[in-house]
Amino acid sequence: MGRYVIRRLLQMIPVFIGSTFLIFFMVYALGDPVAAMFGDRAPDPATAARIREELLLDQPLWKQYLHYMGQIFRGDFGTAFNGQPVTELMGTAFPVTLRLTLVAIVIEIIVGVTLGVLSGLRRGRALDTSVLVFTLVVVSIPTFVSGYVLQFLLGVKWGWVKPTVSTDAYLDELLLPGVVLALVSLAYVTRLTRTSLAENARADYVRTAVAKGLPRRRVVTRHLLRNSLIPVVTFIGTDIGSLMGGAIVTERIFNIHGVGFQLYQGILRQNSPTVVGFVTVLVLVFLFANLVVDLLYAVLDPRIRYA
Amino acid sequence: MRGATRAKWAVGTVAVALVATACGGGGGGGGGDGKGVLSSSWGDPQNPLEPANTNEVQGGKVLDMIFRGLKRYDPKTGAAEDMLAQKIESKDQQNYTVTIKKGWKFSNGEPVTAQSFVDAWNYGALIDNNQKNAYFFGYIEGYEKVHPESGKASARTLSGLQVKDDRTFTVKLNQKFSTWPQTLGYPAFAPLPRAFFKDHDGWLKKPVGNGPYKVESYTKGSAMKLRKWGGYKGPDKARNGGVDLRVYTDNNTAYTDLQAGNLDLSDDIPAAQLKNAEADLGDRYINQPAGIIQTLTFPMYDPQWGSEKMAKVRQGLSMAIDRKTITRQIFQNTRTPASDWTSPVLKADGGYKSGLCGKACEYKPAEARKLIKEGGGLPGGKVTVTYNADTGSHKDWVDALCNSVNKVLKNDKACVGNPVGTFADYRNQITAKKMKGPFRAGWQMDYPLIQNFLQPMYYTDASSNDGKYSNKEFDKLVDEANAETDRQAAVKKFQDAERVLVKDMPVIPLWYQNGSGGYTDRLSDVRLNQFSVPVYDRIKVGS
Repeated sequence: MGRYVIRRLLQMIPVFIGSTFLIFFMVYALGDPVAAMFGDRAPDPATAARIREELLLDQPLWKQYLHYMGQIFRGDFGTAFNGQPVTELMGTAFPVTLRLTLVAIVIEIIVGVTLGVLSGLRRGRALDTSVLVFTLVVVSIPTFVSGYVLQFLLGVKWGWVKPTVSTDAYLDELLLPGVVLALVSLAYVTRLTRTSLAENARADYVRTAVAKGLPRRRVVTRHLLRNSLIPVVTFIGTDIGSLMGGAIVTERIFNIHGVGFQLYQGILRQNSPTVVGFVTVLVLVFLFANLVVDLLYAVLDPRIRYA
Repeated sequence: MRGATRAKWAVGTVAVALVATACGGGGGGGGGDGKGVLSSSWGDPQNPLEPANTNEVQGGKVLDMIFRGLKRYDPKTGAAEDMLAQKIESKDQQNYTVTIKKGWKFSNGEPVTAQSFVDAWNYGALIDNNQKNAYFFGYIEGYEKVHPESGKASARTLSGLQVKDDRTFTVKLNQKFSTWPQTLGYPAFAPLPRAFFKDHDGWLKKPVGNGPYKVESYTKGSAMKLRKWGGYKGPDKARNGGVDLRVYTDNNTAYTDLQAGNLDLSDDIPAAQLKNAEADLGDRYINQPAGIIQTLTFPMYDPQWGSEKMAKVRQGLSMAIDRKTITRQIFQNTRTPASDWTSPVLKADGGYKSGLCGKACEYKPAEARKLIKEGGGLPGGKVTVTYNADTGSHKDWVDALCNSVNKVLKNDKACVGNPVGTFADYRNQITAKKMKGPFRAGWQMDYPLIQNFLQPMYYTDASSNDGKYSNKEFDKLVDEANAETDRQAAVKKFQDAERVLVKDMPVIPLWYQNGSGGYTDRLSDVRLNQFSVPVYDRIKVGS
């Protein structure tokens, strides 16, 4: 197990370097950001040259990249164009997005797994069909549609909630954005749980458990559910990464000042330190979430052993 | 109507939300007693909030609240009126003596002295500080030493600035500039306290100024709380208890919040909502001229477009644009067809002259066709209009403009749009003189003077002369205007210079841009100034 983890951690290094380089390269390819800092007027050449020099934009790309990586290993993610250290931006943005992601994941797990179990146990009945229809509808609606519609209905028309999230982003304010963010994945979790449950319900070990005379409740929770959740856990694990990165749309709609907001702003202003820094952290989150998922397999399924 | 029903619902929810905000707001509450706090939409300032480093509206909003300079532009008339300046005198339009008023303080208790101004200006001009508005100090003697075109500064301070005593300093300009005192309302000329230099990082975290508001708290990238400052000396004391600025990334979201009563004032109505705004907000919808003009600039450096005989083609193109229809259909009348190169906010007094361009800026299909033919036709039979596609609704109007030109020329392929992905890339191509045809340009004035609409853009080698237009007669008239002591005579000269543009048409004036905004019924006396920034200190907050 220990060796497996170390091997996985070592594998992360090339992935990390490769992805950061790609991002760095892509942001760089967008062009020189200095001109845009001066708005609609021609930049004063002397000031522009100084800014370029300070941001190392006058150096070749590989030098910039090496310098940047050197900084990262010292824990310095550079400075955004508005003079704020990127680490400071991360310090405010990541907790907010993390909270939003957690709310979304909790909703996803509670509602998704429950619906999945219910419809999986009642295959072919009315409930199963209505859940199927519900998930199909949810999957086919893009986030920005559900976001704006729910925001308008609940926030403006009925006035039940505030349409946007305040700077502090308290948990209760994040409920609605959390639901919006969770909707699509929620449908996947439901479908996945249902299918996996339906399949395993016919497995030998379940028949054995029933034959042993175990109560139905125990059969479902201890035997059936535990085995059926393996694909669901994988999905949720990888979803953490995509939810954190994919919150851009939701964060814009509800004016949440999280990772998506900073990324959007960074891309718009071609602020490479911000974009590369945030994406780098997201890459790390993604990699670790995947590792944790793989390790969880062993816990859920005793047949899986890592060496 | 969808819009109408929305409005009704909005009013219902406003009441509910107001109760909530009144309880939640720190010093809020109060029924029009000048203590109510309003919330207003904001965008994350692009640069650190230093006065000489702020060149966009969002940072400008804050500076306008926490700073007062020597002059201030009257939000209604646009006239530059004395604020901190007791008097600014000059005998020769080149050497000025500035005397500041007694008793002004910064909100941290420091007095505002002549030194506060001189230090601030020296800081703004020095190249080491990377201030984006440094060129504002370019008229002061010694600028080329502290801000050389390349290399290191050979002096730390502007030789043209001399402190005489606590309340007096002299300024020596490097050329005659009669309207120079009137440029001093620009925020870049604000005074700075010693705290700015002693603890610069601390100052940036919580800026200290001498304006009617002081910063209570600043969460970078998301919110700023400003409160009325009791010690403010000026005549324009805040009529409300404070302003909470909230950053929105999406103006649609701000508009939704405004409808729900979760936000009191939004000064950026999304283009898609303009149709509904009047129905949704009624008389709480603001649509008011701002000092912004949108133009189509020709690359005069390109022989295909810049040659003398092409002037007819350039004029012809201008006459092929149906400005009226485009501003109505695409912009819902938040733009006004332009008929000169300035802006209505200058008023006739300040140099705005409706119709100065004459029929060259009117929609005349037959004459347009004739002129373009006489000038030898479009180069290669077509014209591409370049624009940046990442912000604004540029694509919409460029397509409409091309459509209008194509209809006039009876050729579907005569005019096509050429989008450039990002604004930065777009600016880079312009600076590198890579434009092969006309390109869009927008000019937001720095100060309400006709000089600012002409000299920076059309004077030979001026800082924002993107098309590299050059005409000796124009330059001469501008020089004469600047040397003129009488304001009205100066304005006349500038207008004469503008008439040169009619003939050459290096830049087609398209339309004047309005500022738009909306507010909840809790507020009254809301208006925008010429820079399309709300005049916060005048706003009254009801219960």
